[in-house]
Amino acid sequence: MYAGPVQDLIEELGRLPGVGPKSAQRIAFHLLKLPKQDALRLARAVTEVKERVTLCTRCFNVAEGDECGVCVDSRRESGVLCVVEEPRDIVAVEKTHEYRGRYHVLQGAISPIEGIGPDQLKVRELLARLEPEEISEVILCTNPNIEGEATAMYLARLLRPLGLKVTRIASGLPVGGDLEYADELTLGRALEGRREVEA
Amino acid sequence: MGLYRERGVVLRTIKLGEADRIVTLVTEGRGKVRAVAKGVRRTKSRFGARLEPLSHAALLCYEGRSLDTITQAEAIDHFRPVREDLERLGRATCLLEVVDAVVQEGEADPRLYQMLLGALRTLAANDAPLLVPAFFWRLLAQQGFRPVLEHCVACGSGGALVAFDVGEGGVLCPSCRHGTRITADALGLLRRILGGDLVAVLAEGPLPAGPELEYLGTRALEHHLERRLRAVGVLDRA
Repeated sequence: MYAGPVQDLIEELGRLPGVGPKSAQRIAFHLLKLPKQDALRLARAVTEVKERVTLCTRCFNVAEGDECGVCVDSRRESGVLCVVEEPRDIVAVEKTHEYRGRYHVLQGAISPIEGIGPDQLKVRELLARLEPEEISEVILCTNPNIEGEATAMYLARLLRPLGLKVTRIASGLPVGGDLEYADELTLGRALEGRREVEA
Repeated sequence: MGLYRERGVVLRTIKLGEADRIVTLVTEGRGKVRAVAKGVRRTKSRFGARLEPLSHAALLCYEGRSLDTITQAEAIDHFRPVREDLERLGRATCLLEVVDAVVQEGEADPRLYQMLLGALRTLAANDAPLLVPAFFWRLLAQQGFRPVLEHCVACGSGGALVAFDVGEGGVLCPSCRHGTRITADALGLLRRILGGDLVAVLAEGPLPAGPELEYLGTRALEHHLERRLRAVGVLDRA
């Protein structure tokens, strides 16, 4: 429809998640109008990310170089590991400023319906880290959905016999939410995990 | 009107866009329903756990062209004991997968729906190691593929029966044998499952014939569905 390179660009953009053919066309024309150096900056960012960023050899977070920023940081508390599904989850936990330990990214969750079992996740790598890093507590920080819960249960069963403290993040009501709209499962767990008020 | 009420069990969910999910349910009156739940993945979503796989919920939906949209959901049962036990969860996922493969959009199958609910309730009350093979075989029978177990399916002889063939749909005697070998124990158990002895079978602990029947049942279902089942054994590989 358009001249070769423009059509190629539209097709490539159209492969991005959430970008349909119409949006792809809009972005492509936006890029065409852009000053050259602005457009090239985007191109450079893409090349750079693909060339320099890999997975951390220790925790499988995204990393520049061999190990990621968290693993290299010596101020991090050693002995505690927070197990998450995706690198994005690390960012979410980091934003809380409540956790000072290191992470382990499973790169997914057990999902029997999709046929994803523990052997497709970074579970063996997790086990291999426990002894050399003298881990005493593992926090299971997978999503509170069916896949995440299955993964947490599986890991708990695997880790508990090793004599570590295995904890699971709590389930409860979101701050700013309405009790009336809370689902029974969440509210039930929130009640179960209630805490004594220290006044 | 486009609005309708329905009760259903959530079979699976697929992420859609930023915070939505497509929820596949088996319902009482409409068979399989695929509907969009807007914003379910946000922590503050009104739906919360009500639209997770395995939840039994009462819904208010409106019809769309290809996908319906869920506007309200109220939980009937979460089957919490099933969710919190890896073994039972593994079994339940097997059931959800086969029901998803069998049930059709717009074709109500109330017996199948009741069968799934019954199986999940059984599992919530007590772990039943033989639930998956029992469910698979009962499902085959209910869908019209009840296997011939009393005599050889090829020659009709009533003597020793030693093999099972999924294509023939029954057991075979030593002279006609092909397909998979079946032990006398497994055959006996299968007769009990398809006869009237299901409750007693489900109350039993693990039997050596259980895995054999699960394997045969999986093969038979895969043969008739013409697709592979993925959930069976995923958690056992661990």
